[in-house]
Amino acid sequence: MLEIPVIRWGKEYQSMSKTDVVHFETGETLAQVNEANGGLIKMDMRKAKKAREVLRQFSIQELVDKCAAAAELFEHATLPLGNGEQTPEDFCMLQSATTGLPEHMCKFNMTKNAFVMKNMGSILDALTRGLPYEILSNGYGMEDRGVMVSYQANCDASGWVLPSNSPGVHTLWLPVIPLQIGLVLKPGKSEPWTPYRVYEAMAQAGIPREAFCLYPGAGDSGAELGGAVLECCERSVIFGGQATVEKYEGNPRISAHGPGFSKIILGDDVVDDWEKYLDLMVDSVYLNSGRSCISASGVWASRHTKEIADAMAQRLGPIAPLPMNDPHAGLAAFTMAGAAKAMNGQIDDGCDSGAVTEVTAKYRDGDRLVERERCDFLRPTVLHVSDPDDPMANTEFMFPFCSVVECPQDQMIKKIGYTLVGTCLTNDEAFKRQLLDATNIDRLNIGEVKTLQLNWLQPHEGNIIDFLYRARAFQNSPPPAH
Amino acid sequence: MSDNSLDQKMAAAQERLDAHVRESVEWHFNPETGCDYWLEKAKTLDFDPRKDIQCFEDVKKFPLFEDEDLRGGPLDKWVPKGLAGKPTYVFETGGTTGIPKSRVVIEDHWIDYENFSETLPDEHFPRGANWLMLGPSGPRRLRLAVEHLAQHRGGICFCVDLDPRWVVKLLKKGKTEEAKAYAAHVIDQAVTILRANHNVQCMFATPKLLEALALRLMDDGGSIEEAGIKGIFAGGTEFTPQWYRFCKEELLGENVFITPTYGNTLMGLACGKPFDIADEYKITYFAPQPRAVIEVVQFDDYNKVVDVGETGRVKLYTFTKELFIPGFMERDEGEREPAIELYPWHGISGTRPFHELLKTTTVGVY
Repeated sequence: MLEIPVIRWGKEYQSMSKTDVVHFETGETLAQVNEANGGLIKMDMRKAKKAREVLRQFSIQELVDKCAAAAELFEHATLPLGNGEQTPEDFCMLQSATTGLPEHMCKFNMTKNAFVMKNMGSILDALTRGLPYEILSNGYGMEDRGVMVSYQANCDASGWVLPSNSPGVHTLWLPVIPLQIGLVLKPGKSEPWTPYRVYEAMAQAGIPREAFCLYPGAGDSGAELGGAVLECCERSVIFGGQATVEKYEGNPRISAHGPGFSKIILGDDVVDDWEKYLDLMVDSVYLNSGRSCISASGVWASRHTKEIADAMAQRLGPIAPLPMNDPHAGLAAFTMAGAAKAMNGQIDDGCDSGAVTEVTAKYRDGDRLVERERCDFLRPTVLHVSDPDDPMANTEFMFPFCSVVECPQDQMIKKIGYTLVGTCLTNDEAFKRQLLDATNIDRLNIGEVKTLQLNWLQPHEGNIIDFLYRARAFQNSPPPAH
Repeated sequence: MSDNSLDQKMAAAQERLDAHVRESVEWHFNPETGCDYWLEKAKTLDFDPRKDIQCFEDVKKFPLFEDEDLRGGPLDKWVPKGLAGKPTYVFETGGTTGIPKSRVVIEDHWIDYENFSETLPDEHFPRGANWLMLGPSGPRRLRLAVEHLAQHRGGICFCVDLDPRWVVKLLKKGKTEEAKAYAAHVIDQAVTILRANHNVQCMFATPKLLEALALRLMDDGGSIEEAGIKGIFAGGTEFTPQWYRFCKEELLGENVFITPTYGNTLMGLACGKPFDIADEYKITYFAPQPRAVIEVVQFDDYNKVVDVGETGRVKLYTFTKELFIPGFMERDEGEREPAIELYPWHGISGTRPFHELLKTTTVGVY
């Protein structure tokens, strides 16, 4: 049996409490993870300063180089994992078997993580807007333009409470280590794989193990561990639903990442050519199984919405679950009992509205909900929504789901609400200006960019540099007379 | 230990329990000594308790006790006529919203904790030393019981103000920061007591509060040991094997003794099996028989105990002069454990919230 230890600043710890990580289809136990307790995390976090100290023995450039080396190991090497070993193929197979994401998508996510590690230098350069690394390391320094700037780390170690069902989010915490800040991870109950593999790859690439803590766990224990991480780390990130986002809203120590409500907006000037954008719309909804905050859950236009919905439904409706190792599998399984059924019920309830029509049903051979013995699937669903104020106009589910919403252009920005990724198709300069000014859109794409096509040189849900460091005043000489 | 000897002890314990049950039933269902609640309840039964209950196994003829009956008054209905006129306490459980469940007590909490006192090693809980009660205050049995324990052992008990109902309200409203501030307020009180030269060497604490106190002392450059504490007993389902190990290895250090207990307002206090490294921190509790009994019963038949090592729900019985509980389903589950020489009746390990109720319970209030 593969047994995965707790990692306490690089030291392995075998707990008295263990929990199984199981295959979502067969129920087979694939690994046992050791679970810490909340007090143990609080005890460890008292030593967080050492994690930063040990990382500061290396320059940021050296850590960036080590990340690139780690990327190779992460992607290609057989690495130790607990009391066993793991090949890249094992990694994809295990991740798929416990999260319900098809294997080829796991491979894609693996490549994505490796890409970010390989290109860490460019990413930090972009996110810091070209700030010399020495200024971050030293805490202050003179820029080429003769301006003194100072950045102070907000924390010695940053905590990350990670999700189980979305292995794509790991790219977000990878820059923490090269920023010389300790990394405290609470992996999701079904997805210890990426955190442990990145940890091992980085350690083998020469990054000190003392910079890492990993506290896997599930259920109530998992919640206790996540709570302890959030309580003890001065800067933490948690992934969850809308309730999680609302719970931590306004808390400067915690950044909560939730649903994205990402959308595609067609301006009045291009909407008559909507067929030209059909691939973009379908791919934005469907790729990566729709299980992401950057997957589109809405297409907004002022006219042709019925035709758009119908065309998307023709493409998406027939898609059915396939075996996880099928390279054409496009749907991820819901591994939590009752989750898919509950979502299906919510959609059915929403369709009772006179403004909502399910368009996919006629192109689907069977029900939306596919129930299996140990998991469920939801087949792609496209709704036509004629009222932008209807609740189904702005809804997100963890599968390929999209509302095609009819809304006058002059009301769109107000009605779309919070939008993590907004892909806006328009050449109308006035509308572009309004979109640029819209503070409810986080990542703005103006042009033919699928919502999932992130450029890693751009910040995501806030700039991690601004979260982990604060710009402050620093003087080591009096200012010029004035 | 020979199996023979243990078998004999178990048989003797069973005989004592059966005799105690007969005595208890006679007391509680005799119109001269019983309380109104049970005398009235007897009229609804299809058997005569005084004739038909002759041993512990017969108690299963009673329907399960519904603790909802403990809500509201008049409380006189619970006072056995044989004890009428004695000074009476009322202790409450729950009560964050609505009417709490109440239990009247006369001397049971003293007796339970005097019995428990006999299990505490004097070297770790020195007689004459003072105590800190780091747990809920207000209308709780625990607060007075621990105070009595301290007095029984020749010490004085220092207490903190802690209203767990307020904490539950904060948590239910998602006000975690306020709940943390309240916990800090409680720890402030404990630290003040420990630093006031009161010769406090013994403690009761809930796991969460003990953890918070120990970490606070560490933050201030001290420790539980340096604060003078030699022995601690703590209780609840949060006292897990992992937490036990964490306490011994990291939180308290090897010189501070800690022992687990399990109980509630209805049953009293079950003791932990003395620590043995061979148990790998498994925590096994034994009820204070014959005054109370713990069974681990099947999830689908509460009258059938599970086999040793198997998992089931916790069923409690209480047979004291003051209270008769012929089977109450506790909100916990665990594994049935074999008897030991010290406690020659079956025990329970791995106590944790009953899985079917888990989603509706706010666990870990203080």
